[in-house]
Amino acid sequence: MNVKSLKTLRYALLLVLTLSIIRVLTGATDLTSVGTASAALLLSVPIALAGLGGLFSERSGVVNIGLEGMMIMGAWAGGMIGTDHGPWIGLLAGVCFGTVGALLHAIATITFGVDHVVSGVAITIIAAGLVRYISTIFYKSGAWLGPSQSPDVASIGTNGIPVLSGGHYFGWQSPDLLSDLAKKQWFFISDVAAILRGLTGDLSYVTMIAVALVPLSFFILWKTSFGLRLRSAGEAPTAAESLGVNVYKMKYAGVLISGGLAGLGGGFLAIVAANHYQENQVAGRGYIGLAALLFGNYRPGGILMGAGLFGFADALQLRDSASIHALILLIVLILVFLVIRDLRKGKLLKAALTLTFAALSLWYYLAVDELPGQLVTMTPYITTLLVMAVASQRLRMPAADGIPYRRGGMR
Amino acid sequence: MSVQAGTVHALVGENGAGKSTVMKILYGMQRPDSGEILVNGTAVHFKNPNDAIAASIGMVHQHFMLADNFTVLENIILGSEPKKGMSIDFVAARAKVVAMAEQYGLEIDPDILVEELGVGQRQRVEILKVLYRGARILIFDEPTAVLVPQEVDDLFSALEGLRAQGMAIIFISHKLDEVLRVADDVTVVRAGSTVAEVKSKDVTARQLAELMVGSELPQPSTHGVTRRDQITLALNDVSIPTSTGSRDLISHISFDLHAGEVVGIAGVEGNGQAELVEAILGLRDYTGSISFNNASIDHMSVAHRHDLGIGFIPEDRQRQALMMDSPLWENRILGHQRSAPVMRGFILDKKATIADTARIMEEFDVRAPGPQTLATALSGGNQQKFIVGREMSKAPALLVASHPTRGVDVGAQGAIWEELRRARENGMAIVLISADLEELIGMSDRLLVMLRGVITAELDPAKTTPEQLGSAMTGAA
Amino acid sequence: MKKLKLSTFLLAIAAPLAAAVVSIIISSLAVLATKKSPMDAYRTMWDFGTTSASLMQMLNTATPYYIAAIAIAITFRAGLFNIGVEGQLRLGAMFGAYFGAMFALPPVFHIIAIMLIAMTIGGLWAAIAGYLKVKRGVSEVISTIMLNSLAGGFSSYLLANHFADLTTASNNLSTKEIPASGQFPNLMPLLNKLGVEDQPGGGVYGMLIFAIALGIIFWFVINRTRFGFELRASGANPIAARVSGVNSKRMTFVALALSGAIAGLAGLPAVLGDTHAFNMGFRTGIGFSAIAVALLGRNNAVGMAISALLFGFLEVSSRSLELIDIAPETYVIMQGSILLSSVIAYEVVRRYKITLQSKELAKAVQA
Repeated sequence: MNVKSLKTLRYALLLVLTLSIIRVLTGATDLTSVGTASAALLLSVPIALAGLGGLFSERSGVVNIGLEGMMIMGAWAGGMIGTDHGPWIGLLAGVCFGTVGALLHAIATITFGVDHVVSGVAITIIAAGLVRYISTIFYKSGAWLGPSQSPDVASIGTNGIPVLSGGHYFGWQSPDLLSDLAKKQWFFISDVAAILRGLTGDLSYVTMIAVALVPLSFFILWKTSFGLRLRSAGEAPTAAESLGVNVYKMKYAGVLISGGLAGLGGGFLAIVAANHYQENQVAGRGYIGLAALLFGNYRPGGILMGAGLFGFADALQLRDSASIHALILLIVLILVFLVIRDLRKGKLLKAALTLTFAALSLWYYLAVDELPGQLVTMTPYITTLLVMAVASQRLRMPAADGIPYRRGGMR
Repeated sequence: MSVQAGTVHALVGENGAGKSTVMKILYGMQRPDSGEILVNGTAVHFKNPNDAIAASIGMVHQHFMLADNFTVLENIILGSEPKKGMSIDFVAARAKVVAMAEQYGLEIDPDILVEELGVGQRQRVEILKVLYRGARILIFDEPTAVLVPQEVDDLFSALEGLRAQGMAIIFISHKLDEVLRVADDVTVVRAGSTVAEVKSKDVTARQLAELMVGSELPQPSTHGVTRRDQITLALNDVSIPTSTGSRDLISHISFDLHAGEVVGIAGVEGNGQAELVEAILGLRDYTGSISFNNASIDHMSVAHRHDLGIGFIPEDRQRQALMMDSPLWENRILGHQRSAPVMRGFILDKKATIADTARIMEEFDVRAPGPQTLATALSGGNQQKFIVGREMSKAPALLVASHPTRGVDVGAQGAIWEELRRARENGMAIVLISADLEELIGMSDRLLVMLRGVITAELDPAKTTPEQLGSAMTGAA
Repeated sequence: MKKLKLSTFLLAIAAPLAAAVVSIIISSLAVLATKKSPMDAYRTMWDFGTTSASLMQMLNTATPYYIAAIAIAITFRAGLFNIGVEGQLRLGAMFGAYFGAMFALPPVFHIIAIMLIAMTIGGLWAAIAGYLKVKRGVSEVISTIMLNSLAGGFSSYLLANHFADLTTASNNLSTKEIPASGQFPNLMPLLNKLGVEDQPGGGVYGMLIFAIALGIIFWFVINRTRFGFELRASGANPIAARVSGVNSKRMTFVALALSGAIAGLAGLPAVLGDTHAFNMGFRTGIGFSAIAVALLGRNNAVGMAISALLFGFLEVSSRSLELIDIAPETYVIMQGSILLSSVIAYEVVRRYKITLQSKELAKAVQA
């Protein structure tokens, strides 16, 4: 792990350096601000939770396209229950409702052998319709102000790590050194400080729990009996059955856990990222979570990185369109880097194409002052597509993923 | 059947006689409808493999039940993991496995991924799996099916060691000389029932064969020389490089094949035979040249090559040649959707296709209710007969047959051999790949041995014994 | 053999029947939960839904569903999942409306031109997913879903900034109206001749005829042509298909692009027959309902037609529920429960059929 971690660290620093340069060039200070880093972390949580959900499900051999639907149920339950019973109960409700959705998926795919993608798509369609149906009932009864929005939910407390990020413990307010450093606007150092401050300060307690779930997932899946057996259900179910592992039970466990995690992610969206449930709140993040899973090659560490990447894209489009505009410059720089690499490898045609792309992007950047709002909302989806296009080739899926399983190895 | 401790008891029968079913019942993967099982005198009822494991029964499967993406250690301890608090105690597990491996002479590296292991090593892992759980009754399901003679020797000495330790070993096989070599007692199964229980020293292989089938076993053999002057297939310096830049998958393969000639390709699985087949069929890119009837086919697609007259009987019929959930008449179309009788212009001629399917079923003795039967309902032998019939319909000039009688019952096996014989006499050139050394020697006019992607020897089947062939295959000769 | 025929028939209707029963139970429970009577609900829906006006609405609602479902079925049969139909039909309709308003051709040609534009755009949008899958190995499930969201943003952008007709003062951004030569004539004159009277609220979209023709062509191509066979083989067993000579990469790309092209047409019935423009009120959700229609209809022409009509009927007739104070969104519960229970029922029946055949085969062989 150590060599890989160093490599990741190097890439991360390189990325921050590039962003620093762009910030100085374009004046888009929001690119590396505390606020953006904070928002990126905030928005990466639901994606990471969905990705972890996908991890448990697919590692047990069940493809779960219904994560989106389970997130919707989680978000809705979070809003509905959280209004009256407080945010923590709301989150718990999110977990429960997500699990119920997962139960449907599990029964359809594991017990009845329905195609996994078909069932997942069906669950998502049903979930969306179901929450709308029940919402209108609430609306009619006067409890809700609108059929697509729940009343507000109280917020959950936040905290930061001591000394560096202004945390408060038992009444003591610690200094906020990183924040002070960030304000100085020193090239690169302030940017690093700002990002670190965004990642470690003013964190919701739920965020901390969610981030802790990543190493916990690793421990469960690779260091415990349960995890080994769950993974065997996805890699070699017949072998596992021959050794007495209850493959059906493992698959159910994988799918139900995935529903719970997705439900938590949805509840997070409704309660922490916003403060009420809103129709279309989830906006495809369940699918982006799946993309994070693929990007991370079915490993928790990779999911976290993918979620961070997509969360960053998500955060930018919400905050400041000048930053998105500046991002185009980043794309130009990346393309130039690729051109140099292609020239070195002797791939002239590919280099020429990439160079044209870079030139076009640069022209667009200079010609347009500000990206229109509708295009900005497309950022997370384009990011996902691009990442998928680059990363899909080296995937190592669990061997029996997506294959309906029957006891005794029959079809 | 009854098995004593410290003995090797063989269970023989042809494919489809019911041996696997008996073993599945013994191992708890299937429930018997009637009858009883007694272990050490006490009646037992197995609801699942856990119960069988608890009764000290361990099964070494024919098709290895291993997770490729797991390490050897993870595969061995799966389902019986030693714990240390909440987590698995990998240290203790590793120690136990290493000690056990040494004790039985089955050394293996516990931390290597199974996908990197060869066939013989994977079998070791299977055996260790069983020993790890304290099995005293070991069941081996066709363990030598994928081994070469030298590996078979290693296995048999391991069996000797286990027998000496007082284990009871049940050995399922249809290779009768091996059975007689290693077993003390033999039970013969035919059409689902026991027909005989004998001591191995009291019978000959021939007698066993007749008990198994109720009649004489078919022999793979060809008669006379039918080779013609015309060269049907010519390979010249064909290689397939690997993407990682290491050793080529196949390297500088060259040979000529005449019409009316059968060339047998021998080799341990994974030494390039499958890739050679893919190159000939056009499923994979290669360097060098392949010509068919003196014209180069290097730039032709799979479809074009097939239409020119290259037929293919694949080794994995369910994966490569059939649509299991479709009726036989739709499967008739597969591979032939570009010409008559299936096609009339761009349109599928359903009536003609169904009629032709019925013809194939009649001519090739495919036992099924009719052309509307789903492919999945047929037995392996009948599926294979259907595929042979389908490929022969266009009288291809070249037939590539990859393990054509694998997993097929004796009756179907004989029928397929007869079909190949007849085709050979009519001038068809055949490339025959097989792990069944008797089939290879019996059916081929020439033998080519492949090792690590290269042709290392050419042998005359009339002068080669299975042992010699096996040595050549592993490079020991 | 006669016994076989009867049991085949029974098996064929067993699944939809079981699904219908289950969904009626679930929907009734949902209505009961709001303390209303399910019988009242069903009766109201039936009374309202069987009026002439409602039946015409049902046909209009079902037409885009059917076209989109055919598009989806093409990919399902090939073992692929085109979930991006929503985006493809949206872009297809918008570009068709925008460019269609720019010129004037003789009547039939104008409509054909608009349809070709819509098909091209839909096909190109889906081809992105096809290219990514074939060249980069990207799962088309994720890429088509992403393209859906992108289509939403892209179409909003284009409509607001480039495509909208700013000469009108309305708040509802819309493309320019398509001239009369590009408007698909209503079927009312034809129906009048058959004795059906005009109803308030418009008539029946002319594209219904086209949809029916499309269904027949779809059935023919899938079941009776070489391309259709190769498509189905790729879905049933991609490896065997490849061995049989199918170019699997080309098939994947063509299936997705073709699917997108047909999907591009699915937004046109309303545009050509009613609004004669693309505006912000363009109906959303057709793509997702069409997925349900395709699944329910088992990807075949007749099944999908029945499913489309069923969904149309449920949607239209459930509007009347408001009159008895029941949420019209009840139809969503009905659709959802039909979808899930039918998908499960089909699988159960399939397994049972295989077991049945194996048993019969064993009997026949032993005889």
